[in-house]
Amino acid sequence: MITETDAADQSGAEALHQYELNGAYDEMFASLDHPRRQYRPLHNLILNLGPEELRRSKHEADQSFFNQGITFTVYGNDKGTERIFPHDLLPRIITAAEWEKIERGLTQRITALNLFLKDVYDQGKIIEDGVVPGSIVYTCKHYRREMRGIKVPRDVYVTVVGTDLIRNPEGNFVVLEDNLRVPSGVSYMLTSRRVMKQIFPSLFQKCRVRPIEQYSQALLSTLRSLAPEGRPEPTVVLLTPGSYNSAYFEHTYLARQMGIELVEGRDLVVHDNIVYMRTTFGLRRVDVIYRRIDDDFLDPLVFESGSSLGAVGLFNAYRAGNVAFANALGTGVADDKAIYAFVPKMIRYYLDQDPILEGVETLLMSDPGQRDHVCQKLDEYVVKAVGESGGYGMLIGPHSTEQQRAEFKEKIQAQPRNYIAQPAINLSTAPCFVDGRIEPRHVDLRPYVLYGDKITIIPGGLTRVALRKGSLVVNSSQGGGSKDTWVLQN
Amino acid sequence: MLSRVADSLYWMSRYFERADNASRVLKATYGLILNPAKFSTEERWFRAVASLAPGAASNTVDPQMALFLMVAAQEGSFSIVKCVGGARENARQVREEISSDMWEHLNRLFHDVTGFELAPNDDAGAMRVITLMREGSYRFNGITAATMNHDEAWHFIQLGKYIERACNLCVLLDAYFVPGKHADDLDWVGLLSSCTAFEAYCKACTAELKPDRIANFLLLKPEFPYSVRYSLDRLHEALTAISNLSLSRRTDKIERLIGRLRSMVAYVQIGEIIGGLHKYLAAIIEQCRDLHAAVHEVYIEYPIEVAFES
Repeated sequence: MITETDAADQSGAEALHQYELNGAYDEMFASLDHPRRQYRPLHNLILNLGPEELRRSKHEADQSFFNQGITFTVYGNDKGTERIFPHDLLPRIITAAEWEKIERGLTQRITALNLFLKDVYDQGKIIEDGVVPGSIVYTCKHYRREMRGIKVPRDVYVTVVGTDLIRNPEGNFVVLEDNLRVPSGVSYMLTSRRVMKQIFPSLFQKCRVRPIEQYSQALLSTLRSLAPEGRPEPTVVLLTPGSYNSAYFEHTYLARQMGIELVEGRDLVVHDNIVYMRTTFGLRRVDVIYRRIDDDFLDPLVFESGSSLGAVGLFNAYRAGNVAFANALGTGVADDKAIYAFVPKMIRYYLDQDPILEGVETLLMSDPGQRDHVCQKLDEYVVKAVGESGGYGMLIGPHSTEQQRAEFKEKIQAQPRNYIAQPAINLSTAPCFVDGRIEPRHVDLRPYVLYGDKITIIPGGLTRVALRKGSLVVNSSQGGGSKDTWVLQN
Repeated sequence: MLSRVADSLYWMSRYFERADNASRVLKATYGLILNPAKFSTEERWFRAVASLAPGAASNTVDPQMALFLMVAAQEGSFSIVKCVGGARENARQVREEISSDMWEHLNRLFHDVTGFELAPNDDAGAMRVITLMREGSYRFNGITAATMNHDEAWHFIQLGKYIERACNLCVLLDAYFVPGKHADDLDWVGLLSSCTAFEAYCKACTAELKPDRIANFLLLKPEFPYSVRYSLDRLHEALTAISNLSLSRRTDKIERLIGRLRSMVAYVQIGEIIGGLHKYLAAIIEQCRDLHAAVHEVYIEYPIEVAFES
């Protein structure tokens, strides 16, 4: 059990000796001798505990993750080795005022993105009015013409969203990416909160942190609100690709937390445009599918014909309005990285408001002028493939080699529509416990938004950490980890 | 419960019981071959192989290799290592249905038995795997009984376990009761030990080892957990429980099959069957297969037309 007192024992300060500010916004320190107000209790705790105590706490936290089975399977190993998800011991703290702005900004943004989806799969007014070019919408890899003219329940396309925010050197949160297809990671947010409460109970209490434990209930009621009409007691299921998927832990976790069935494609049968699951008691009707499978694999009749992850006939049942998907199909067109450049315009077009959260300046490589400009200064830009996620297909200019830049230049010239460029942004840093001392590491923030009968944003999210020193890539597939995120009460 | 989940639980349980059976039989056989007797070492290994891998042409197995194969063979689905792997793989698919303790234990047992880089002549190593399996099996069965709801999932686990056990016992008895070739006391002790039955038998029938009494004990004794009668009684219970839960499903075929099967061991005396034991055992195995197919058809892979009729 750790005790926390306010009297700073200076011997504990050695954990912080090597902390340096590198020009990025630091979450904890305004300057090295001035911790920000919301971080003072944590700062005091670090001073009091010292490296040894911290190491013990870290070990305790690791153990707790392992025992709860919060692991992912390492591939290429038939023995099925399981590792815990890398996490950092120290919480990331967000003030009530900062959160209030994030919340308003996300609500505005998701509302506009949803209206955009409704529009492009209906009349396409925004294209007609010349606000977003049709040439970019219709060439998007994730645009689904099959969705044209389909009415989705409550006109809600994006039910579960995980938006990636970063904090720029001025200290403002800006949107880096909208994840509107099948965002993951929420189980890490929920489980790491449990662990943190156990490791730092009195710090947690002292900080007055807003709860996030209601996420599963909120998700379930959001999903239920999408049920077809005349189904007052809808059956909701979670559709997983199966136990070999790297997010399988999250699928089992959420299904258990919501008390719903975890189904695979082979459990589903479609008959007369109604979806059933095969149970030992016979076929049971399914009303809402929280699917954790990409569009491409949902229905071999309509999409990838070789896929066995989905079920034959699902799309027709969906079209007939007999089953709801969360998220709807075809939402990927709105999180395309080239479309991203137009989100501020969408907000003005649909809502007649100024964007509350800014985005990052984005240059389209399909535009010859912008392309030439970027190609000459590749070392200053981050280049991304538009349809990729997970940190793949990216060039980080300032950290790249001559050869990598040459390769990307060729790729851009060959397929300009496939790339965008953004100025390299120095993500904010947060204190992390690494190798027995505390050092700054770059972080982002992924809050989770739920949209059904209303928009619900859970106060918190997944703070992702680039655990390699100096790295700006926070994706778990590329050496990233996570931190618990504390949003403070007023 | 989802049919796929029920099926995985059933197979998890069957594979585990199969591995458990192999460890008992091999342990007893290994104890036997150290002594000279009427049956040669080769014949004893052939017998063990015949009872564990009934499909295989047992006479083609090199007796020197038998222990290694039955413990660690990667082909077929009879070796301990392979069966524990099968049980674990099925458990992995339904981790949300079983308790964490069950999963952790099964996973650890799997890593323990596969962690041995067993060489073909390493009898001592093979015996260590067998010991791990024996201990692991008692623990897993105890944890399973103690840490999960005894609801539908549990009944499917029982179903797999006892249908597998009934079949294994029949095959084993068949391998020992060879017409015209009477085993001596040492072999009878081996048979009883293969079913962890030696002490229980002595308590019930004294240490006088008479073949028909042994057959009676292992076939018809309702009180002993490794008897065919006991296994079929549990099977009956599990099927009845599942059928009661499922209410309107058409389970009459299953009820008929299990009723007939149970009556084969409930209403006979050993004197009536000992003469035609081979045929009798084959009939039980055959009916267990029919029952397996019926369960699969009613609960797991039913045609959807049938589902809409009911």
